[in-house]
Amino acid sequence: MTSLTALSPPDRAQLFGLVALCVVLTLAVSLGAVSISPGQLLFAPLSRLGLTELSALTPAQEAVLWAIRLPRALLAVGVGGALGLAGALMQGLTRNPLADPGLLGVSSGAALGGAAATVLGGAWSQIGLPVAAIFGGLLVWAVVMAAARRDGAAPISTLLLCGVAVSALASSGTGLLLFIASDEQLRSLTFWTLGSLSGASWSRACLVLGALAVGLGLTARAARSLNALLLGEAEAAQLGVPVEALKLGLTVLVAVLVGLSVAFSGFIGFIGLVVPPLARLFVGADQRRVLPMSVVLGAGLLTVADLVARTCVAPAELPVGVLTALLGGPFFLYRLRAASPEV
Amino acid sequence: MLTVSNLGVSVRGRALVRGVSFGLAPGELLAVCGPNGAGKSTLLKLISGERRPTTGEIVLFDRALTAWRPRELAQRRAVVPQTSPCDFPFCAWEVVMLGRTPHPSSARDRDIALDALDAVGASHLAERLLPQLSGGERQRVALARAFAQLHGVQGPGLLLLDEPTAALDLQHQESVLSLLRRRCDERGDAVLIILHDLNLAGAWADRALLMMEGQTLADAPPEEAFTPTLIHRAYGVTVRTLRHPDTGRALLVPARADTRTQTLTPPPKP
Repeated sequence: MTSLTALSPPDRAQLFGLVALCVVLTLAVSLGAVSISPGQLLFAPLSRLGLTELSALTPAQEAVLWAIRLPRALLAVGVGGALGLAGALMQGLTRNPLADPGLLGVSSGAALGGAAATVLGGAWSQIGLPVAAIFGGLLVWAVVMAAARRDGAAPISTLLLCGVAVSALASSGTGLLLFIASDEQLRSLTFWTLGSLSGASWSRACLVLGALAVGLGLTARAARSLNALLLGEAEAAQLGVPVEALKLGLTVLVAVLVGLSVAFSGFIGFIGLVVPPLARLFVGADQRRVLPMSVVLGAGLLTVADLVARTCVAPAELPVGVLTALLGGPFFLYRLRAASPEV
Repeated sequence: MLTVSNLGVSVRGRALVRGVSFGLAPGELLAVCGPNGAGKSTLLKLISGERRPTTGEIVLFDRALTAWRPRELAQRRAVVPQTSPCDFPFCAWEVVMLGRTPHPSSARDRDIALDALDAVGASHLAERLLPQLSGGERQRVALARAFAQLHGVQGPGLLLLDEPTAALDLQHQESVLSLLRRRCDERGDAVLIILHDLNLAGAWADRALLMMEGQTLADAPPEEAFTPTLIHRAYGVTVRTLRHPDTGRALLVPARADTRTQTLTPPPKP
C-alpha cells in the first residue's frame, strides 16, 4: 500500500477532499428530524436486499432514508459538483478567475428557460423543464461571450457588466412569466429565485450525476488542450489546439451543467465562483487536477450548506441559495478587490 | 522554409501591412525592425496564422499556411508572444511543459521542460508560480516553452518571436540572442525576431527587414539596411555610425547636440 507521505501534495489534497466529501455525505444522510446512525447506514443496503437483519431500520427510518435523505444528498452532490465544474470551465474559457454561472447570467437564463417551460409548457412542462433551462443558459452564455470579448480575451469589467445586463433582461422575462402564471405555477417559480434542494428525486439526482460524470470524462480527455487554453486563445492555437471547436464544446457543456442544476434546484449562486480558486490553492493551476477538485469541493460545500439549511431552523427550512450567497458574497467582494488594486 | 509574397492586411480601409515579400532560409536569423506602428507585430501575427491576410500568400515548409493542420504545424513552428497575460498559478515548468501540447505526451516531457528552462538560464525559476515572476522572467519562460515545443523536431524548425528582449536586462538580452544564433548555426532553425534595438539586430542578425507604415523599406544585411539615410526615413532621427571596437561592426547612435553642457552652463546675466 502506498503510504500517505509518498503522495505529492496535490494528490494528498485530492484524497483528503474525497474523504471529507464522504464524511459530509454520511452526516447529511444521518442527521435530521429522524436520525439514522452511521452503523445503521452501513448495513442499510444489505438489509434492504434482505441479506441481514443487523441494525435493521424502523419503517420510518427506511422511508426517510430511501425516499428523502439519499436522493436529496445525492442531488446536492450532483448540483454542487456541476456548479463547481461549470465555474472552473467558465474561468478557463474567459481566462478570468471571477467568472461564475450566477454572476454572468447563465443561471438567470436557465431560470428563464425553466420558468417558460413551467408556465407555457402545459403537459410537457416536466420534460421541457431541464431542456428549456439548458437552452436558456446556452443562449445567455453565448450572448455574454460575444458581447464581452475583445481580441479573444474578456476583461473582468466588461464580462461582469455584460453579465449584469443580460441577467437583468432574463430576470425581466422571468418576472413577466410570474405575472401571467397561475397560483400553483407561482409557487413552483418561487423555488427558482431562492434555490432549494427540496425538490429532490432519484431521477433528478441520477440525471445530474450522470451529466457530471460525462462532463468530467470529456474534460479529462481534453485536459491538455484546456491547459493550453489558459495561456490565451492565440497561444493555444499556435500550440495546435483546435480552439474554436473546443470553445463550442465547453460552452455547450457549461450550459448543460448549469441548466440541469437550475432546473432541479433553482438559483444557487456563488458555488462556481468560490470553489475553483480554492481548488487551485490546493492543487495548482493544472486543469487535470483543478476540474475534479472543483467537483469534489463544490459537492462538499453544497452538501454542507443544505445540511445546515434544513437543520438549523428545523422544522422549518432555509432556502440553501440564501446560505451560499451569504458565504459567496463577501468572498466575491474580497476577490474583486484583490483582482483590481485600484478599486 | 518561409516565403511571404505580396502580403497585405487592411482594417476598415486602412492598410496595416502592404505588399510585403521576403524569404527565410534554414539557418537564417532575420530581424524585423521599424518604428512603432510600422506593422511588425501585425506581420508576425499574419505569419503565425493568428490573423488572416487580405492579400498575398504565406508558404511554410513548402506548404501554404492555410493548408497546414494546426497540430502538425505546431510541431515545427513555435511562436513567442510579446507578453503573456496568463495569471493562473502554474509553476514555470508546467508552462514550459505546455509547449509539448502538439506532441504525443510522454514520460520525458518534464525533463524536456527542465532542459529548456536550463537553456534560457531559468532553472532556478522552475518551481516558482507564474503570477510571481517579473516581466523579464516571464519572457524567458515563454522562450523556454518555444524551445520545448520544437524539441525533437525532424529537420529545422521555425521560431517567430515578438520582442523577446523587451523586458530583459543586458546580460539576458545577449544570452537570448546568442542562444537563438546557436540554434540557427547548429540546428539550421530559422528565426524571425522583432527587435527594437538596432544595434542588437546589427550584431546578431543575418538580415534585417526594415519596415515603415506597413511596407518594407529595406530587406538586406544589417549594415546595408541600417544606413543613416534609411534610418532617417524610417524613424525621422539622424544617426551617426560608429565601429564596434571588437567586431568592427557598425553601431548606430543618435546625433545630438551636447545637451548636458547646455543645461549646465548658467544663463548669461544681464
